[in-house]
Amino acid sequence: MLIGHQQPDFLLAVEGLTVSFDGFKAVNDLSFYVEENEIRVIIGPNGAGKTTVLDLICGKTKATSGAIHFRGKDLTKMKENQIVQAGVGRKFQTPSIYEDLTVFENLEISYPQGRSVFGALAFQRTAAVRERVEEVAEAIFLKDKLGQSADLLSHGQKQWLEIGMLLIQDPDLLMLDEPVAGMSVSERVKTAELLHTIIKDRSVLVIEHDMKFVEDIAHKVTVLHQGQILSEGTMDTVKNDPKVIEVYLGH
Amino acid sequence: MESPRFLSRSDVIGLAALALLLVVILPLSLDVFRLNLVAKYLTYAFVALGLVLCWGFGGILSLGQGVFFGLGGYGMAMYLKLEASSVENTKIQSTPGIPDFMDWNQITQLPLFWQPFHSLTLTILAILIIPAFFAYLVGAAMFKRRVGGVYFAIITQAIAAILTILIIGQQGYTGGINGITDLRTLKGWDIRPDHAKVVLYFVEVAFLFGCILLALFVRHSKLGRILVAMREKEDRVRFSGYSVANFKIFAFCLAAMFAAIGGAMFTLNVGFMSPSFVGIVPSIEMVIYTAVGGRLSIFGAIYGTLLVNFAKTSLSESFPQLWLFGLGALFIAVVLIFPNGLAGIWRDHVQPLIDRMINKRKSGSDHHNGKSFGPIADGAPAE
Repeated sequence: MLIGHQQPDFLLAVEGLTVSFDGFKAVNDLSFYVEENEIRVIIGPNGAGKTTVLDLICGKTKATSGAIHFRGKDLTKMKENQIVQAGVGRKFQTPSIYEDLTVFENLEISYPQGRSVFGALAFQRTAAVRERVEEVAEAIFLKDKLGQSADLLSHGQKQWLEIGMLLIQDPDLLMLDEPVAGMSVSERVKTAELLHTIIKDRSVLVIEHDMKFVEDIAHKVTVLHQGQILSEGTMDTVKNDPKVIEVYLGH
Repeated sequence: MESPRFLSRSDVIGLAALALLLVVILPLSLDVFRLNLVAKYLTYAFVALGLVLCWGFGGILSLGQGVFFGLGGYGMAMYLKLEASSVENTKIQSTPGIPDFMDWNQITQLPLFWQPFHSLTLTILAILIIPAFFAYLVGAAMFKRRVGGVYFAIITQAIAAILTILIIGQQGYTGGINGITDLRTLKGWDIRPDHAKVVLYFVEVAFLFGCILLALFVRHSKLGRILVAMREKEDRVRFSGYSVANFKIFAFCLAAMFAAIGGAMFTLNVGFMSPSFVGIVPSIEMVIYTAVGGRLSIFGAIYGTLLVNFAKTSLSESFPQLWLFGLGALFIAVVLIFPNGLAGIWRDHVQPLIDRMINKRKSGSDHHNGKSFGPIADGAPAE
């Protein structure tokens, strides 16, 4: 069923994706499709290969076999920075920000301009850059922290900053790895609100354990188990799937 | 959010303080012999400056900067040697017109790779381009394969060892262990007398300031911030759409170019070039200068180089056997107690003192804006 990259409806088409680490197949013959403006949540028990799937899409891990088509481009043949420039943004599980730099500088580095060596040398902090940084900072609740060194932020604020760094890239596909993990209840609420605003006009691929959160945002849920798809569909379908119940509650 | 200017107030003060020291105080207070020693020390400051960019900011520790220092120095030495080896000067040789050491090694014709060094223009181009190109090759081979950290340091060290062995082994082409000596004139201008040494000192200081300005420009550009970001979270930079390898290659090439300029100035000021400035030991010493000065501070690197070398000269004059232990102890002390070197001490201890004094004087009239300044600490982010 290799129609993914010919079908313009699919933003992302993952087909027959397999990766093996020393014989262990962390992801095994996985196929799924993400449409434009779709919010897809990947759930599954620990070790199901969820993070590995994101690693494969963003180029951090090379696939053993299979194809990942994004807007007709084969991501498995591209370098990490080329994948980003094609429009894929990735948030890591633990907040990955630059602690030696200020919040402003963190966001500015992610601004999609001057990405070559000499482009970076010639890069000017223009009014447009400043406006965009401030706009994003406002969205991620850090507007009054712009001049502050990023290492002084709380854990939740660091997560927001990284989400902001992705937002400023304006990716067509946003991949979030457990965006609310380790957050306080009030931070969770704010993050959900934040995610609701930023998922407009783009496709999002989220890994999350928080079922309430998943129910809240997901259009479609993919359940992974041992590197393969166990079930796929709306939250209701998935919740009532006996195979899913078996995996989650059976052991 | 103010946009970072090319020169901040602390940079201007730092430049002025350094200019005062190098252009006014030292030339007025030292005799020509000592001033020439300072000129020699400052040639290493070029290397230290490059190491601040590539190691301090970019996190790429190279233990082989002597390679680039040597390439620059040998380039200049080859030009000067050819000028000193005119047919007239070398008429007692069995083959007049070639450098003396070639004649001693039964070489009867100038090797092809020496030919371009008849021209000063080509020599200057070679000094700037060959080390940078070599750094590009090494950098591309390493960084594209994600070789970094300790492995990169070891490989640069191996390259330094290889180049030294090559130079020593190919005596007929390179002057061997003695290096290239007996250099006399530059375009007919004698570089040996005292007044020439003074002129060369000032030329070197001018070049040093050029390199400092370039380093400050890089530091304050977005590229400078990307280097800092890369040192911390290489993957985040990569997944923000940057080619990390290219940025590392750039920093390494720039550091190589600075080192090569330093090497060329060494040959001019000291009057010879030998493999003892290429190998592992000088390369590591140069890293120590940077560490002592503060690897995150552009100005700190210059003061660190001067200080360690002054100490080296005075200690080795009085206690020749103890010097190496002193250097080792200094490095351990810096790493353990003052990880940000002189610049860190300045920023954490001296600077607040000055700020407080200024504040006291200003108090009542206007408020201190809290912005710090100082000649050594140039606002580099703290570790």
